[in-house]
Amino acid sequence: MTQPFRIATAGRLGHADPVRFSFDGRILMGLSGDTLASALIANGIHLVGRSFKYHRPRGIVSAGAEEPNALVGIHRDAARRTPNVRATVQEVYEGLEAVSQNRWPSLAFDVGALNDVASPFFSAGFYYKTFMWPKAAWERLYEPFIRRAAGLGVAPDRPDPDLYANRFAHCDVLVIGGGAAGLAAALAAAETGAQVILADEQAQTGGALRYETGAVIDGQAGWDWAQTVTADLAARDNVRLLTRTTGFGYYAQNMVGLVERLTDHLAAPDPARPRERLWQVRAKRAVLATGAIERHMVFPGNDRPGIMLASAARTYLNHFGVAVGRNIAVYAADDGAWLAALDLHRAGVGVAAIVDARADVAGPHVEEAKRLGVACLPAHAVTGTTGRLRVSSIRVSPVAGGAARDIACDALLTSAGWTPAVHLFSQSRGKLVFEAETQRFLPGSNAQDVACAGACAGASGLAETVEQGLEAGARAGGATGGRTVAVREARGESWTGGMLGPADNGTGAKAFVDFQNDVTAKDIRQAVREGMRSIEHVKRFTTTGMATDQGKTSNMHGLAIAAAMLGKPIPEVGLTTFRAPYTPVTFGALAGHSRGALFEPVRRTPIHSWAEENGAEFEDVGQWKRAWYFPRNGEELHAAVARECRTVRASAGIFDASTLGKIEVVGPDAARFMELMYTNPWTKLGVGRCRYGVMLREDGFIYDDGVVGRLAEDRFHVTTTTGGAPRVLNHMEDYLQTEFPDLRVFLTSTSEQWAVIAVQGPRSRDIIAPLVERIDLSDEAMPHMSVREGSICGVPTRLFRMSFTGERGFEINVPADFGRAVWEAVWAEGRKHDACAYGTEAMHVLRAEKGFIIVGQETDGTVTPHDAGLGWAIGRNKADFVGMRGLRRADLVAPGRKQLVGLKTKDPDVVLDEGAQIVADPNQPVPMTMLGHVTSSYWSENCGRSIALALVAGGHDRMGETLHVPMPGGAIAVEVTSTVFFDEKGERANG
Amino acid sequence: MLLIHCPYCQEERPELEFRHAGEAHIARPTDMAALSDADFERFFFIRSNPKGIVFERWRHIHGCARFFNAARDTVSDRFLATYRAGDPKPALDGEGA
Repeated sequence: MTQPFRIATAGRLGHADPVRFSFDGRILMGLSGDTLASALIANGIHLVGRSFKYHRPRGIVSAGAEEPNALVGIHRDAARRTPNVRATVQEVYEGLEAVSQNRWPSLAFDVGALNDVASPFFSAGFYYKTFMWPKAAWERLYEPFIRRAAGLGVAPDRPDPDLYANRFAHCDVLVIGGGAAGLAAALAAAETGAQVILADEQAQTGGALRYETGAVIDGQAGWDWAQTVTADLAARDNVRLLTRTTGFGYYAQNMVGLVERLTDHLAAPDPARPRERLWQVRAKRAVLATGAIERHMVFPGNDRPGIMLASAARTYLNHFGVAVGRNIAVYAADDGAWLAALDLHRAGVGVAAIVDARADVAGPHVEEAKRLGVACLPAHAVTGTTGRLRVSSIRVSPVAGGAARDIACDALLTSAGWTPAVHLFSQSRGKLVFEAETQRFLPGSNAQDVACAGACAGASGLAETVEQGLEAGARAGGATGGRTVAVREARGESWTGGMLGPADNGTGAKAFVDFQNDVTAKDIRQAVREGMRSIEHVKRFTTTGMATDQGKTSNMHGLAIAAAMLGKPIPEVGLTTFRAPYTPVTFGALAGHSRGALFEPVRRTPIHSWAEENGAEFEDVGQWKRAWYFPRNGEELHAAVARECRTVRASAGIFDASTLGKIEVVGPDAARFMELMYTNPWTKLGVGRCRYGVMLREDGFIYDDGVVGRLAEDRFHVTTTTGGAPRVLNHMEDYLQTEFPDLRVFLTSTSEQWAVIAVQGPRSRDIIAPLVERIDLSDEAMPHMSVREGSICGVPTRLFRMSFTGERGFEINVPADFGRAVWEAVWAEGRKHDACAYGTEAMHVLRAEKGFIIVGQETDGTVTPHDAGLGWAIGRNKADFVGMRGLRRADLVAPGRKQLVGLKTKDPDVVLDEGAQIVADPNQPVPMTMLGHVTSSYWSENCGRSIALALVAGGHDRMGETLHVPMPGGAIAVEVTSTVFFDEKGERANG
Repeated sequence: MLLIHCPYCQEERPELEFRHAGEAHIARPTDMAALSDADFERFFFIRSNPKGIVFERWRHIHGCARFFNAARDTVSDRFLATYRAGDPKPALDGEGA
């Protein structure tokens, strides 16, 4: 297998190892060091994909990250299928498998290309105008069709098996870009002793020196100088050199995001190594040496495979040793393209013509072209091309008009000049200024400590580039005496010329501005004609500058065409915002290790392992895993919950309540602080007593609740909801630190210090009695809602007598490390009384039977204590508490507020859906007047029927009323009742 | 990600350690019970939300846990000063305006 376009005497790959790869199943050979693009061109392949909208055949345009066309899928295995990889940056490796995209059935014959024939109907704004109605057709017809027809690669359908790493780094000087300017800057900065990070997106540093023949720096050929400097930098302790690393985002305070590609170039990556690494670098100073991006010429038929940027053709020849054709032509408005022609001519490639849109072309390159006998056509434009899957000829006319002629060629090199890559500078919030003479946006004033050097800063040639790099690097390194490194001489090309927009006066049909989105000059003109005045509008109407390349080669053309149509100078039309990322970044790199089991911490109670061993099903409550129910003998959820609920009320149940939030409020002013934080009165609560506390926000709405025990005059043991613990502590700290800083109080989170074992039911005291020491458990000594300190199983305990079930109950707090041991001791006693372990589901049912609310279920941030039937918990004689004034707001005392009630379905076997709406008249036409919704609904085994809680407008005055819950199968009639369904007098908790 | 200078820890720490806590220098009225509807509205609902310099509260929640105040320019997203809760607004010498 030969590589017919490889020129053994050209390029730097020399005797590199041959590499076997495939493209659309065809086995091909390349060389180690090739990119996929250079290897394909070596095999004479330019056609690599189909365009997004018209499915036009497309080839390789560039030799770098700006590539708009040559997007392919890279497949390693079933799970590793990366779509939209730029063939120009993907390095080949043995066995690489590449496939073309957006074509069916094949790349050479694609049914979707019918879109191209029909293209007059697909002009700018087509989607907005055509698929207007009926509305429902969007979801079912238009969108699926468009998504199938217009597209790029196919996303992999399996989880990403690769690892992604991330690192934070700090440095004195961060240099982005390892071309001549960046290397000079890094060297100068390193000389000062500064800590330097240099990042370059390519496999090797050198930038434009890859293709620029004749460049000499410090007595060496440009490329050799780059490699010498790179080796020098790599050997220094104060320099970190990152290749294959893109600076993709510039954030506040000189934080720059880099993504380092570690394994995409390897044939057999070690799966234990990360595929990519995200760097978040905090740089004291940054030097941007991001270079410039060549623009293509805009002319009809400028998108055929074989038509590419002049600098790309030079790169393929001078670096990879690959000729882009046998008989090439050039169409440019820039001197560099002439040098490309001369390079190729020197390598033995035929040059059919050099067409330049400019009238006044002169210089040694012109003389040389003439001397070689190349047809030079200044003041001419290319007005058309032929060739179905590869350009075969160009049509050339004088710019001023006149006879056209056709010139045969198999590749066309174009250059409309260079656009400085100011992306990162703009992201750093630096201001851009427009230089009218050269029609470039250049870095202006800084917003951060950043300097630009080289082509991105508008340098006009290699000498100035190196100069700027040395100076920026020295200054960034903190050198006060000017230059730190001397470079004897930097001699190379200077960059002159360039144009924006098309040179000819045609309609602009098929004169592509944006290849990736199939946007033509005509489309942009049409957008302006249809009223788009801002470039941001033009962009959205035509989609120019969108998608994976973000218009790197096209934005300036689009802007110039719009400006010309509007008759305004370019800066007045504006420039679309540069946003991160500069090139696409994988989600894997951004997620790093934070996925799967490491996405969020899992919290387990000290009793978790016991529950697991005893067959519990778990549910997630925030980050906690909580035992949901304990099925026996294959019971399903409802049977298990019914049994657990029955057992608790008949004998006793044991429940792991460790997840409850716990805050210790301590200090001489603890009671005063509690008075301010909760609606309830606290000063008179006796030591050893408990109270159910309600916490409000300042607006009067319920924020949290929980039982609070007073352990001493100056010590409260506060419990919060499981999910509320962090925000309650934050809320308390906020008031303590900022509103009541004079109060002498300390707040400590103790949620994870205590394991909590709830023992609930008529036999609860009998179960714990044999285990408890130094606490009198009699009703007289320890009534309902009291707390005692003592010990259990020899372990210190805070023993609460309290109940979330309505039964006699205890909550045993023991140090977390003893949680499981005490649980097992309690369990052993419990079994003597036929007690069961119960989970959160039974807990929910049992509390609902008693009408106890759950904050976040019965409340939603708009419910007051009165609404929830908790008006009794508000201290009447208090001068202040958080939420007191909010409660008096007009809307909060107005009649008709939604209030918590019970609902009993007329058919006791029907269990309502939580969240279902409630209406008065089920026959009212839609939209019905909704009175409220069901907040909790269960089958209650103890009541022998379904029960529900609901928020209903004016609910407290609706006792006994019949309301309706409309459901798809018909309305369900319900009776409004008290919220207490079981033991209405509340006698059981007292024993 | 911003770096924020904690006036209690006396060092710059990454934004991840902090939590924003709304506008600063809004004192909770001491006479809550007597507060008129209009005064409560001003205290609880009305915020200045300017384009430019804001005075705002932050908490070094994953550090020293202290609440403090900051002056920040919402246009440049730059912190102009951070200072302890209870301290008066600092004089900003025209920066960021």
